[in-house]
Amino acid sequence: MQTVKMVVTGPFNAGKTAFIKTVSEIDVVSTERKITKESEKVKDTTTVAMDFGRITIDNDLVLYLFGTPGQRRFDFMWEILSEGMLGFIVMVDSCRPETFREARSILETFRAYAPTPYIVAANKQDRKEAWDLEDMRIALRLDSTVKLLPCVATDKESVKNILLELLYQILQEMENGAA
Amino acid sequence: MALKGNLRDFSLSQLLNLIHLAKKSGTLFLEDSRVKAWLSFREGKLAYGKYGDEDNSLAAILYNARKLNANQFRALKERGNSMNDKELGLLLVNAGYVSQQEVLASLQEYLTTLVHRLYSWVEGTFYFDSEKMPPQDRINLRIGLDNLIIEGTRRLKEVEQLQDEIPSLDIALKFREQPDTDVRNLRLSKEEWRVVSFINPKNSLKQIAQALKMNDIEIRRVAYGLVQAGVVEMVRPEMTTPRPIIPGIPNATRQEQVSLVKRIIQRIRSL
Repeated sequence: MQTVKMVVTGPFNAGKTAFIKTVSEIDVVSTERKITKESEKVKDTTTVAMDFGRITIDNDLVLYLFGTPGQRRFDFMWEILSEGMLGFIVMVDSCRPETFREARSILETFRAYAPTPYIVAANKQDRKEAWDLEDMRIALRLDSTVKLLPCVATDKESVKNILLELLYQILQEMENGAA
Repeated sequence: MALKGNLRDFSLSQLLNLIHLAKKSGTLFLEDSRVKAWLSFREGKLAYGKYGDEDNSLAAILYNARKLNANQFRALKERGNSMNDKELGLLLVNAGYVSQQEVLASLQEYLTTLVHRLYSWVEGTFYFDSEKMPPQDRINLRIGLDNLIIEGTRRLKEVEQLQDEIPSLDIALKFREQPDTDVRNLRLSKEEWRVVSFINPKNSLKQIAQALKMNDIEIRRVAYGLVQAGVVEMVRPEMTTPRPIIPGIPNATRQEQVSLVKRIIQRIRSL
């Protein structure tokens, strides 16, 4: 049995766990803990090690989705998680501009670990306070070549679309590399 | 759609940069614990602004700029609100009290100073209303934000923020192929010109700082200003840029890798 993995990263409360849960065929192995730090109490629990989802591709192949812990104090895990990944997704909460700088920094960190293909998913685009994609692109200082896609992490079609876009990019780079 | 948040997390410099690059029209409302202020924009240019309850009438601005004396200012104030700023400006110019140039220069100075004052805000909330246009009864200017951003950044004291934006001096700068600003209209300081002369993807910021005998904060401040003004972008130094790697699937040929990714695509589509 062959396994491949993709990493879902992003700031605290960006929607990484929800993203993986939406498409995983197993209950996400999530190591969540109650949040104790007052400033981070946007939600009750947070991922302290990693989320772990699985999609069986066929009899010989399994795709694993790893979600990184959102809080910076667990960033020692990131490099370990990024080892051997096919590509990665940076989730950004479109409604919380205060996390954009953090998202940018996480993106740079992961690119440094492994310059594999990646895309940026602007999560919570179904909410009225969500920033426009073009505004987010400027705020996140993303080059026009970087894919920034709208996302609703709880919506299966939306999550599928993000995964497919990343896979198309991976495929393109493989084919370009072969040329 | 909403552009709102906290200045602690999203600085005025970033907001102005966003408005500048997206050529936005509307009004940016800012509020801290003591005072409210607002800035109005048209197509990414600063048109008008107000700080708290301060008198920002044309008469007050000209008086503060010493273009009107106290008696003239008092006389105009006594006439109350019988005419708006546009009418008053026309009257003063036609009567020869001030020139049109002086009116525009005084307004520009007022707005520029207002933005610089706002740069000192590190706490407070902001909200951008794209429906609220600059007031019609006031004289609207068209001040480019690029120089305001550069000047504002010069005044930034928040070293931590600069370190946040440019965590490593191992990166390099390169000129944008299509700058977001008209480079000919940029007013750079002597320090900025010195850095500009060294901009090359082969030179890291650390090397530029060493060559120019600048400290870490000085080089960060200049680099950040130039990036925010849309003149340059940050890149990895050419010598250390890792070549993009093909995603690794151990023990697989290129053909097998492509086939594997295609299988994953097919499976995801069918979910």
